[in-house]
Amino acid sequence: MIKRNSFKKIGTFMVFGAPATVMFFAVIIIPFLVGLVLTLTNWDVRTQDSTYVGLSNYISVFNDKVFLTQLWFTMKYVFFTVLIANACAFIIALILTSGLKGEKWIRTGFFTPNLIGGIVLGYLWATLFSQVFPYLGKKYGWALFETSWLTSTDTGFWALVIATAWQLTGYLMIIYIAGFAGVPKDIIEAASIDGTGYFKMIQKIIIPLAVPAIVVCVFISISRAFLTYDINLALTKGGPFNSTELASYHIVQKAFLSNQYGIGQAEAIVLFAVVAFFALTQSYLLKRQEVEA
Amino acid sequence: MSFSRTSDIKFGGIFKIVFIYFLLCLFLFPFALIIVNSFKTTQKFIENPLALPSTLNFDNYLAAFKNMDYMQAFSNSLLITVISVAMIVIASSMTAYLFVRFNWRVNKVLFFLMLASMTLPFQVIMIPLVMIYGNLDLLNMKITLLFMYLGFGIPFGVFTCHGFIKGIPYELEESAYIEGSTSIKTFFYIILPLLKPVLVTLIVLDVLWIWNDYLLPSLVLLSPGHRTLPLSTFVFFSSYSVDYAPLMAGLIMTIIPILILYLFLQKHIIKGITEGALK
Repeated sequence: MIKRNSFKKIGTFMVFGAPATVMFFAVIIIPFLVGLVLTLTNWDVRTQDSTYVGLSNYISVFNDKVFLTQLWFTMKYVFFTVLIANACAFIIALILTSGLKGEKWIRTGFFTPNLIGGIVLGYLWATLFSQVFPYLGKKYGWALFETSWLTSTDTGFWALVIATAWQLTGYLMIIYIAGFAGVPKDIIEAASIDGTGYFKMIQKIIIPLAVPAIVVCVFISISRAFLTYDINLALTKGGPFNSTELASYHIVQKAFLSNQYGIGQAEAIVLFAVVAFFALTQSYLLKRQEVEA
Repeated sequence: MSFSRTSDIKFGGIFKIVFIYFLLCLFLFPFALIIVNSFKTTQKFIENPLALPSTLNFDNYLAAFKNMDYMQAFSNSLLITVISVAMIVIASSMTAYLFVRFNWRVNKVLFFLMLASMTLPFQVIMIPLVMIYGNLDLLNMKITLLFMYLGFGIPFGVFTCHGFIKGIPYELEESAYIEGSTSIKTFFYIILPLLKPVLVTLIVLDVLWIWNDYLLPSLVLLSPGHRTLPLSTFVFFSSYSVDYAPLMAGLIMTIIPILILYLFLQKHIIKGITEGALK
């Protein structure tokens, strides 16, 4: 009887859970573990040679000036992208929850950039930055736009920030709108009867009550921005002279073009640690600002 | 939520309306620009990107259609998206059912592992993934990509369904079991129909992800015949001088399928994003 029962158990598990479990292990768990081992070796794709090298891959990651510069570049990029996208999304969501006519359609419009993938988005902005803006700059004499933004490091940086924030804003807006829906209406009404000014109301009532939404949005935008690859590839291709390579782009190049799998994987793990650190720290710091309605 | 109308006017209602429409135009300007210019020749585009086309000329679309091998790329994208999403939905709802209704230790451990794995970025997995499947000679096959999407889609799928199934009262299934129904039958006839709202959310998020994904297919699918739509746009930038007009037509043709889907499923997409993010 007991034996039959455990057979049945195994049978149930096989039918319901086996396909998912097998693929989950094959695609995520095993590669992750192999990846950890990989960082301790100098595996070479061409010769299939692999020897244990201890932590030397990690040491070379922290001695790699190029990677550290790019990590710093990535952090600056994340900082401005997160700041701009969240500020824009917050303001747009605020306006779009105030009872305007046609809110739904305006919302749809702002969300549209999220329907397209990073590659298409990157090409779209590459066309704008390399052809359209220089045309406008020359025609109207705006010095800022006269040369293509993609040809220098500083302007390439802002091109990346703008293109990413353009997409992220509509996504975060949706979350902020949902978050504002949780702000009780009677508090707003009481405040406006008391004659509280608009900006004071935002500062003293809406922002404190929207902290949970802000935490989610900053978390999402930090983790997405740190891992940007597609936009980087399509917009600047890391150029000029690799100066606009984001960390993710650098890792792909290191592994699949220079065939340094071990170092590339060590860099990926360092990047993961950096993302986790910033994402969790902001959650911790912001959550302390939370208030009950 | 909406603030009262009176406060609307008090806080500068007109300024707000003008501002939001201005912002919206700014946001949609890139789209408008590529649509307008996709009907002009590259030379006309470079001369004046803001001018309207003199005639509706579909030459760029024909050129892009041919260069991208559009039909091939479109059917690759469609096939990969539809099959992977279908597999993710079935496998993860069944697994979630198993985890909720059968309180075994192995289930708890697996569920915890899946939750934990959701924090891992793809970048941490991709190098060993390519290494392992490259060594097994399984790269450059669509079926490998399908199963990879299944694996990557499982944790979020199980997590989404898990919470929902927990809320379904057991009495429904109990009576089915008393009448002699098997667990498979019970799942497909009783549970699965109830899961519809959460599955729509899951489908929407997974379709957007897989249809637009670039990095994974670029690592797995190497030969031109396997290219998905995002991969096929690469063709315009691989040569030294970019031919902008067909490029813009190509971008539009890549965006259109998903845009049509969006217009139909807008409500679900917005709901899916909100729920997916707040979880």
